[in-house]
Amino acid sequence: MNVMKTTDPRLHYLTPLKQTPFHPRTAAENRLNDWGPWAGYTTALSFGDTAMEHSAIRNTASVYDLCPMVKYRVTGPDAAAYLDRLTVRNASKLSVGGVHYTIWCDDAGKVIDDGTLFRLGPTDYRICCQERHLPWLLDSAIGYEVAIVEETEDVAALSLQGPCTYSVLKAAGFDVADLKPFRMRTFPFDGGEVMISRTGFTGDLGYELWTTPAHAIALWDHLFAAGAPWGIRPIGTHALDIARIEAGFIITNLDFIPVDQAVREDRARSPFELGLEWMVDFDKGHFTGRRALLKEKVNKSSKWALVGLDIDGNVSVEGSIIYQNGKTEVGTVTAACWSPSAKRNIALAQVRRPYHESGNLFVEVYALRELQYAKLMLPARVCERPFFAPPRRRTTPPAPF
Amino acid sequence: MPSFDVIVIGGGTNGLAAAHRLQSSGRKVLVLESAAAAGGAALGHEFAPGFRSPGLAHVANQIDNRVMSGMDLARHGLGFVTSSVSSTALSATGDHLVLEGAAGASIKGNLSDADRKNWLALRKQLLSFAEVLAPFKQITAPRIAKGAGNEFGKLAKFGLNLRMLGKADFREFLRMILINVYDVVNDELTDKRLKGLLTFDATLGSWLGPRSPNSLILLLNRLSGEVAGQRATLALPKGGMAAVAEAMVKSAAASGVVVRTGAAVDSLLIEDDKAVGVTLANGEEVRAKLVVSAMNPKTTFLKLIGPRHLDAGFVKCIGDQKSRGAAAKLHLALKAAPDFRGADLKSRLVIAPSDDQVELAYNAVKYGEVPKRPVMEIVIPSAHETGFAPTGQHVLSAVVQFAPHKPKAGPDAARAEMLENTLAMLEEHAPGIRSLITHAELLMPYDIEARYGMVGGNWHHGELSVEQMLFLRPIAGIAQYATPIEGLWLAGAGCHPGGGISGAAGWNAAERILREVRA
Repeated sequence: MNVMKTTDPRLHYLTPLKQTPFHPRTAAENRLNDWGPWAGYTTALSFGDTAMEHSAIRNTASVYDLCPMVKYRVTGPDAAAYLDRLTVRNASKLSVGGVHYTIWCDDAGKVIDDGTLFRLGPTDYRICCQERHLPWLLDSAIGYEVAIVEETEDVAALSLQGPCTYSVLKAAGFDVADLKPFRMRTFPFDGGEVMISRTGFTGDLGYELWTTPAHAIALWDHLFAAGAPWGIRPIGTHALDIARIEAGFIITNLDFIPVDQAVREDRARSPFELGLEWMVDFDKGHFTGRRALLKEKVNKSSKWALVGLDIDGNVSVEGSIIYQNGKTEVGTVTAACWSPSAKRNIALAQVRRPYHESGNLFVEVYALRELQYAKLMLPARVCERPFFAPPRRRTTPPAPF
Repeated sequence: MPSFDVIVIGGGTNGLAAAHRLQSSGRKVLVLESAAAAGGAALGHEFAPGFRSPGLAHVANQIDNRVMSGMDLARHGLGFVTSSVSSTALSATGDHLVLEGAAGASIKGNLSDADRKNWLALRKQLLSFAEVLAPFKQITAPRIAKGAGNEFGKLAKFGLNLRMLGKADFREFLRMILINVYDVVNDELTDKRLKGLLTFDATLGSWLGPRSPNSLILLLNRLSGEVAGQRATLALPKGGMAAVAEAMVKSAAASGVVVRTGAAVDSLLIEDDKAVGVTLANGEEVRAKLVVSAMNPKTTFLKLIGPRHLDAGFVKCIGDQKSRGAAAKLHLALKAAPDFRGADLKSRLVIAPSDDQVELAYNAVKYGEVPKRPVMEIVIPSAHETGFAPTGQHVLSAVVQFAPHKPKAGPDAARAEMLENTLAMLEEHAPGIRSLITHAELLMPYDIEARYGMVGGNWHHGELSVEQMLFLRPIAGIAQYATPIEGLWLAGAGCHPGGGISGAAGWNAAERILREVRA
């Protein structure tokens, strides 16, 4: 790839996408040159064989470049109080060294974004999320003694996922035997540090490794050397997407439109409408959107439901319209795949209430078969998420596969 | 401590009006006022030994008629020295123009026949527009939302009145409603003194210049005011504006309202996300079923409540609400009567030599500077009655514009410069006046903020401008006196229809509360 080396900021347009600190390694591995943009970075969609990459997530060990994920650091004496007010969960209760999945809403209780919150110290947190939110985070800081800094470019991160990842880390010299899910620990590495959290986006055993860009290449090389006996391989976004659908995880701007970006007023969604009401803590005190959400809860005024669907057949149904009784339009599939792990045809979908409980749903699919479409109306059933949840994701210490 | 149904925070005119209205409907009301006496901006003070100011406000032009009769202020001692103060557009050569009667029904002085004729036509038109707008002040601002509880009957009547203007005037209304006052006076008039007076009146108490968009609507707002049953008139209460405050306090007390002075509220008591009372500065808790804040909206939300009980977007909006004041208040103690080249000292004396001079005076504050030649309205209460100054001596009260609320030069330097420039303008129009001054007090917008709690020194507790009127006052979403916190209501000038010694906002708020909340 031809990269302009220049310090003149006016020439930024010559490189509309940035490269992550791991780019020298991912570029060398990307046999089909299959790249896509993610939050301003060029990232691998696949390294040549999506099926094998997904297989690595579920059977061996996979490595995914996480650098483009947007990261904010929140520090200061009011950091916990600030995050309690910003997000719907109780950030004060999150213990130091812990991580939780969370969301934050606007005044009307509509979801702005989801992400993971890391408590690095008593007054030190990191937010990881899909979209950029500095103005909202700063507006939310009015009246709080906190400092908020975007640190996306200051952190290099890899996601190491798969049943053999514990063994790989052990071979790499990182003892995470007693590290429970959603906990983290820091190790010295390469003259610096690497923080390892037992987190991920696959619903499997896995870890995320966090260091600075200066140690990125060394970390990559170290992991691949240690993981070679387990068939460690880099994976692209396509493989990860299959794994996250199997795990039932949603992605901002794919499974819902964040309210601050939605152009159409009716596209905004509340936590109740995304199946995330379980995390809303109404008892922790006030937080942004609380009054609107309480009203929605009391009045049962939610209009949508985010559900998992199990569909007949094996034709993947992404983007399809959902009907009840084959004629009333009741929703849209937001993500779908044939699940290699569950051996089921699965989907995530937004369904207008109360049709999420009505049964008799059909998914309309146009299957392209040698240049001709076959129109299919496939029966679909609302079902529990996750579609695939191996016990190994939680077992501590993990089994040495 | 007896228990109360309602606590009203702030004993200014709006707080007292709301308290009286609520008490009269059977609720037990406690008013908490931080100062030593209730009355807020209507209160006068002794600014030099033996010399008393008539109040921050010094002319009455819009005491709400519901407050006037509902509180029976006349029975509680409110009388008027005169209810038709003339206005004199002062000339530095003595060639004054005197507007008499409501909104200048007749003009004395040298004025061309064309201007005289055109003024009467313009006046008639402005008054007819003001007449249409006037009822709006006495209803809760309508909202464009489902289930907003709009007063559709009254709104329909407003629409009908608008149509009753006739096709030509209705078209003119739509053309002019958002126009600037500079263009209007220059379309119709040529006389600089008259144009200066009109543009001064339109921008009085605002953060707008004559050429700023929408400045005409403030003149219409002024003309839609009513005192003692007369539209668009200027009145002087006997004893100054303080008499309005005193009558309101007496009336409130007579109705059973308890007014506690020297009771500064530190914070709102919130339990289970509901307002249940207040905590005073001395730590004392006072509880009630409802809390009504007649304080500044910014103060109410950002200080008494705090961001932690509010949504982030809301806090940002209330913080961004514009509240810049540009009016300074001058009090002079004079050892003898000044001579404004023969002008009647019982008139409201306006130094606004031309529309351009008003605009130039405004230009300075845009950049945080003091204008070289400020414009002002002068009232000499001691020319009307005793009690303001020792016999033979006088008090000059002036609203001087435009004064920066955040001066680049710093507060003390700006105050000194503003005073000097103001006295120079006075000297130009009343030669020898400087030698009569025994004491001078100039309250800059930041002094007014410190003394009266008006954020930015803005009279209206938030600029009165089109983008902060009606359903946008104080900000969108809380324009109907209710707040995001159950049990907390707003009743101050920061709400519709704005400030001035009127009581309309407080009365409207009480009406809304009575309609929305069961006793």
